Amino acid sequence: MYEKHLMICGATGCISSGSQSVEEALIEELEKHKIRDKYRLVMAGCPGFCEVGPIIVVYPDEVFYCRLKPKDMAELVVKHLVGGEIVEHLLYKGPDVDAPARFFDTIPFYTKQKLKVLRNSGLIDPESIDEYIMRGGYSAFTRALDLEPPAICAEIKAAGLRGRGGAGFSTGLKWELALQAPAVKKYVVCNADEGDPGAFMDRSILEGDPHAILEGMLICGCAIGADEGYVYCRAEYPLAIKRLKTAIKQAEEYGLLGQNILASGFNFKIKIKEGAGAFVCGEETALLASIEGKRGMPRPRPPFPAQAGLFGKPTTINNVETLANIPLILKEGGVAEFSAIGTEGSKGTKVFALAGKIRNTGLCEVPMGITIREIIYDVGGGIKGGRAFKAVQAGGPSGGCIPAELLDLPIDYDSLNQAGAIMGSGGLVVMDERNCMVDLAQYFLSFTQKESCGKCIPCREGTKRMLEILNRITEGEGKPKDLDTLDELAHSIKDSSLCGLGQTCPNPVLSTIRYFRTEYEEHINEQYCRSGVCKALFHYRIDQERCTGCTACSRACPVNAITGVKKEAHQIIQESCTRCGSCIEKCPQDCIMITPVGRKADVSN
Amino acid sequence: MSAIKLTIDGKELEVAAGTTILQAARELGIDLPTLCHDPELPPNGACRLCVVEVEKAKSLVASCVTPAAPGMVVHTESERVVRVRRSILSLLIANHPLVCITCEQTGSCKLQDYCYRYSVTENEYVGETKELPLDSSNAFFVRDMTKCILCGICVGKCQEIAGAGAIDFTMRGFITNVGPAYEDKIEDSTCVFCGLCIDSCPVGALVPKALIGKGRPWQVEKTKTICPYCGVGCGIYLQTRDNEVINVRPDFDSPVNRGHLCARGKFGWDYLQSKERLTTPLIRSEEVFVAVGWEEAFGLIVDNLKEIRSSFGPAALMGLCSPKASNEESYIFQKLFRSLGSNNVDSYSRHCHAPAVEGMTRAFGGAAMTNSMEELVSAEAIFLIEADPLKTHPIIGYRIREAIRQGTCLIAAQSEDTGLSDIASYYLQIKSGSAVALANAFAAVILEENLYNPKFINKRTEGFAAYSSSLGPEVVRRSLELTGINEEQLRSAARAFATANSAAIVSTAGGVAQEGGSLLVTALANLALLTGNLGRENCGLYLPYSENNLQGSADMGTLPALLTGYQPLREKTVRDHFSRAWKVELSEQPGLSAAALFSGYGNKTVKAMLVMGENPAACGEHREAVTEVLRNLNFLVVQEMFMTETAMLADVILPAAGFAEKMGTYTNVERRVQLNRAAIVPPGDARPDWAILTELAGRLGFKWEYESPEDISTEIAALTPQYAGISYERIGAKGLQWPCPHSEHPGSKYLYEGRFQRGLGLFTPISMDDQAKLLFSYEENRSAGKKTLCNCLSDSMRNRSVISKL
Ligand SMILES: Cc1cc2nc3c(=O)[nH]c(=O)nc-3n(C[C@H](O)[C@H](O)[C@H](O)COP(=O)(O)O)c2cc1C
Ligand code: SF4
Ligand code: SF4
Ligand code: SF4
Ligand code: SF4
Ligand code: SF4
Ligand code: SF4
Ligand code: FES
Ligand code: FES
Repeated sequence: MYEKHLMICGATGCISSGSQSVEEALIEELEKHKIRDKYRLVMAGCPGFCEVGPIIVVYPDEVFYCRLKPKDMAELVVKHLVGGEIVEHLLYKGPDVDAPARFFDTIPFYTKQKLKVLRNSGLIDPESIDEYIMRGGYSAFTRALDLEPPAICAEIKAAGLRGRGGAGFSTGLKWELALQAPAVKKYVVCNADEGDPGAFMDRSILEGDPHAILEGMLICGCAIGADEGYVYCRAEYPLAIKRLKTAIKQAEEYGLLGQNILASGFNFKIKIKEGAGAFVCGEETALLASIEGKRGMPRPRPPFPAQAGLFGKPTTINNVETLANIPLILKEGGVAEFSAIGTEGSKGTKVFALAGKIRNTGLCEVPMGITIREIIYDVGGGIKGGRAFKAVQAGGPSGGCIPAELLDLPIDYDSLNQAGAIMGSGGLVVMDERNCMVDLAQYFLSFTQKESCGKCIPCREGTKRMLEILNRITEGEGKPKDLDTLDELAHSIKDSSLCGLGQTCPNPVLSTIRYFRTEYEEHINEQYCRSGVCKALFHYRIDQERCTGCTACSRACPVNAITGVKKEAHQIIQESCTRCGSCIEKCPQDCIMITPVGRKADVSN
Repeated sequence: MSAIKLTIDGKELEVAAGTTILQAARELGIDLPTLCHDPELPPNGACRLCVVEVEKAKSLVASCVTPAAPGMVVHTESERVVRVRRSILSLLIANHPLVCITCEQTGSCKLQDYCYRYSVTENEYVGETKELPLDSSNAFFVRDMTKCILCGICVGKCQEIAGAGAIDFTMRGFITNVGPAYEDKIEDSTCVFCGLCIDSCPVGALVPKALIGKGRPWQVEKTKTICPYCGVGCGIYLQTRDNEVINVRPDFDSPVNRGHLCARGKFGWDYLQSKERLTTPLIRSEEVFVAVGWEEAFGLIVDNLKEIRSSFGPAALMGLCSPKASNEESYIFQKLFRSLGSNNVDSYSRHCHAPAVEGMTRAFGGAAMTNSMEELVSAEAIFLIEADPLKTHPIIGYRIREAIRQGTCLIAAQSEDTGLSDIASYYLQIKSGSAVALANAFAAVILEENLYNPKFINKRTEGFAAYSSSLGPEVVRRSLELTGINEEQLRSAARAFATANSAAIVSTAGGVAQEGGSLLVTALANLALLTGNLGRENCGLYLPYSENNLQGSADMGTLPALLTGYQPLREKTVRDHFSRAWKVELSEQPGLSAAALFSGYGNKTVKAMLVMGENPAACGEHREAVTEVLRNLNFLVVQEMFMTETAMLADVILPAAGFAEKMGTYTNVERRVQLNRAAIVPPGDARPDWAILTELAGRLGFKWEYESPEDISTEIAALTPQYAGISYERIGAKGLQWPCPHSEHPGSKYLYEGRFQRGLGLFTPISMDDQAKLLFSYEENRSAGKKTLCNCLSDSMRNRSVISKL
């Protein structure tokens, strides 16, 4: 028996902030004191609060240490582990707490969360099936083995679970369709492609609680009569793939995967297919093509995958988070427990990835129906640097922005749709007054435009033209007609594209035009970017009165755009200047001014 | 299937379940624009030009991939639809060179047509355009990807139909392209130059080189005719201008090829315009050929034939008739010789297919492929044994690929990989020469596991007892040794074959035209009889012939002992019947076969020969002996298009017309009689063979009154039971499959319903020793590097065509 368990966050976020060297230092300290054996060290899954990583949580004390450096380990060992005293200065501190905070009960980031899907992440060793089982794992599956397939589908339907991969389709209904499809061979596919830039909820679950996915897939196999499953996982997630492989091996050893599982006569095997690296491969039909070894390109539906999917056989495709919810619903009493959370049309919790200008970036799991304000201000700790909130982009590149007026919008599938955004996979990018909304639209569209599979004309050609127009607008070359053209193209593309990518990719443009039309008009009519982002709309100018001719700027300029004789005032050649800003940083006199092209007065530097 | 009621543009109609909105609209005569739809390919839905508005649907739907649903209300040209269509077209031309003035596609370009239809003129969206290099390094076609609209049809054709996999989409987003991997040139890819992509491209991105600068669509004449190469008999359109062929396009309505071709049909026509064509009669004078007029040439021939006939008797005359000659020509060819009193008529090229003929005739009494090519698609299982149809009979290969797409189980037993190996459900890699052993082992397993068809065997066959007792357990054991596969492979494949409700057996040249081929044919016929896979739809034995009219030529009685429709010469009633019709006495002395002639038995009796379009001197392994026989003749006449090895030995050479220069019918491997039409006139003094023969017969004193091939065909119908109901009028665009016994008969898709030609189907046991010997002889043959499929006749065309570069 161990005295304490130390869960070091070994997920991607903390690994990049240095959790591995923290672990090494910790081991060194423990060995120095010859107490290595008394403590169990686990490189665990992500507890969500990546902003303050690396993180160690000490159990059973439930103490959350964050922003750790290797040099902190000596103190942690001596004071806490040996001395039994909490190391105050390694606890969480921030403007949202009065005193250093210990964990769930006192860290505001956690208090409004409901950890269901992320229940095990960070708490158990993701490479130990025993720990998963100890936390009640695989009991939902054994229960499912005793149920008739239609009964399983009925429970999922009754729980009101909707797909977490984007479209929000009823999972129970999808399974029922696959169950009813007449075929001997069927497949279960887990969509772990997670291509939205900035999204990492699926990765977190895969890394922190891989058995939950396997259990979800097993239950799905029981429900639809499939004996084979695939996890289609982004190749950029090596740790997730490794953990999945370990989990599959363990489940096979425990007889939870394979032939005649638990003597029930049910067979199931799971294979991993590494993704081809294209965003569109997350689209279900493209994903199937990719598993089949073809180019990942969407195909028309019907037939839906539930009728004719992988290799032409009935197939269910579910998102990672969707599947992680399954064991929660199928366990004894799970339906009631699950549907008690959430709103009328959107049950359960949803994991969001907080990014952008928000203080607490990271992952959070909140009940459906929570307002945007609560997420941003309570969980997220508000806007970084105390600036004003401008908008939040919900749903990734296919989503839309939600402006400050709608801060009290409850987050559920239907209200988001109405506001012109989508739930998507759960990305929330927060923007403040320094973000330009035209620039934002351009950023997301340039992503989807590059990722269009190229199959259908409106998506392939139309997004390119939209992007060209946005480029022009941000460069001050916009024409009054542009907004109409954008609107027309956006609607044609949405109305006629083959797959979800084309049908949704104009959303960021449409929603920014809807809520921030004046910003577009300022760009077009006045060549003015109020957020100071669109560089082409600014001149850089050296104040001839104040410049001492120190030459610091001309030496700094990477394109030799600054001329002038030593000790005399310098000038910037506007045609050559790329507005990179290097000169401003170097000027000791602060005399390089930024002037909006369309406005008279200098803004400042 | 239940019917579905829907409304399109205010009109109600009923369609079968599964019908797309596009098909339904077409039934109403509504012409929806489509750029990426191809009925031969799986649903694509890429271009979105065919979108329509469906009431209550969230967005517009692509009509080509959306099934009609009950109660649907569809608007095909609503304002919303037209707005999107115009937007799509504007987007396309914003990224298109629009060089219609010089583009070969002008006039038949869908993009051009639709822009016209929706008045899309100027670039509404200006911006970056794609710049891609022209790929024109190969000999066949040019790929100009700047004109490509990425409809994806070519990719579908190349991957799904041809199975060549030469091209695919590359890149993503705006820079998406279609082409070989790594931006290779097409000639460095796995392209087989089948041309499928070219003929399906809706715009001018893929253009045959031969066509460039040769004329506008409205200046070009199109003639529907048939490919002259293999026995498939693809329907083609010859495009001609000023008596010159400039292109071949597939017939999209032909039931044979449904818009598909292979490289030979697509590109192999240029031999017609070769400088080597013979354009005038030639006579040998000393050791050189001298050009003469027809009068002189005919005079010489008539004198010599008469002379030899009177000095040595009619049996001194012999004729060899090409299986590339039309039915009419073949018919009058044998008529001429029999009228002269000689039954010495044969084809030497058919010799290569003798094993197939022999084996099938023994088992069924007739030697034709039992079922039609399209039935392969619906067969539950296909047993492909020692065949590479994608190479020898590409359309059959395409059909097998189509069958697999639709769920047919392919069992492939091959000694060498083919384009179908890796998509087979069961792939048995057998040792070369062990095909007979494998077929027999299949039968043994089927017997042992009780998977045969006793009902069929009892009712329709004989010889079963002897056959089944020859298939003891040792057959399986021994065959594993001979074939090199393991027992599990053997049994599971045999079961898959035997348990299918309909299973077809396909074997082409590799299996049949080799030594011992007739044993394999027998073994396969046994297998088909054993499982009752004959005499009904979607099963049967497919042993397709190589040359385009090998079937028809034999049907027409260019066989020493058989008259038209395989009526035996030895029967007096038959002879009398023909004597009356032809108004000549028929000799009852059986004729000499080509094989017998060249193997030395006949060369003492035969003194004069007429060789029509054959080239025995260049054919097969006994070339030298053949040449010797021909050299020793007193008189040799050759009708030819080119100075072939055989023509070089002639005393008189008559310049013959090519297939595009004459009319006639040809019978393909599935017994489909099709009409070939003249598109151009022959070069110089060359004449169609039927005209040469008719003239010659007249000069020899016979009163033939044929004004045209059609007159001949009427006579064929009168004398040939299988062809009795076939006339030019009835053949129409789709042909007629014999047996077609009367003028109301729709033709026959498959043979032997209820009865085999010989009555009962005959099982013939094959001894173990024969099988083992075979293996040995194959090994020997392989090391001697022998050809597996004789194509000498096609070769004389191919060698003078651009396809010789393939
Ligand atoms: C362009 C595009 C990308 C997508 N990417 C993903 C993805 O990365 N992960 C995912 O789960 N679903 C993705 N989807 C949604 C899937 O098509 C599919 O709806 C989902 O996997 C179904 O699972 P669910 O019902 O559990 O949500 C994407 C859809 C589109 C159109
Ligand atoms: S909408 Fe875009 S991504 Fe989707 S199929 Fe069409 S081109 Fe491809
Ligand atoms: S902003 Fe950059 S490019 Fe422009 S003058 Fe300064 S250093 Fe040079
Ligand atoms: S492909 Fe069509 S639209 Fe393009 S240049 Fe040729 S004819 Fe004109
Ligand atoms: S010619 Fe045939 S093989 Fe070549 S690219 Fe076109 S379809 Fe493919
Ligand atoms: S080359 Fe022609 S057929 Fe191929 S994708 Fe382009 S337009 Fe379509
Ligand atoms: S398959 Fe045969 S008939 Fe068809 S094009 Fe090729 S050679 Fe000609
Ligand atoms: S990765 Fe460590 S808390 Fe998220
Ligand atoms: S023809 Fe229907 S989408 Fe192209």
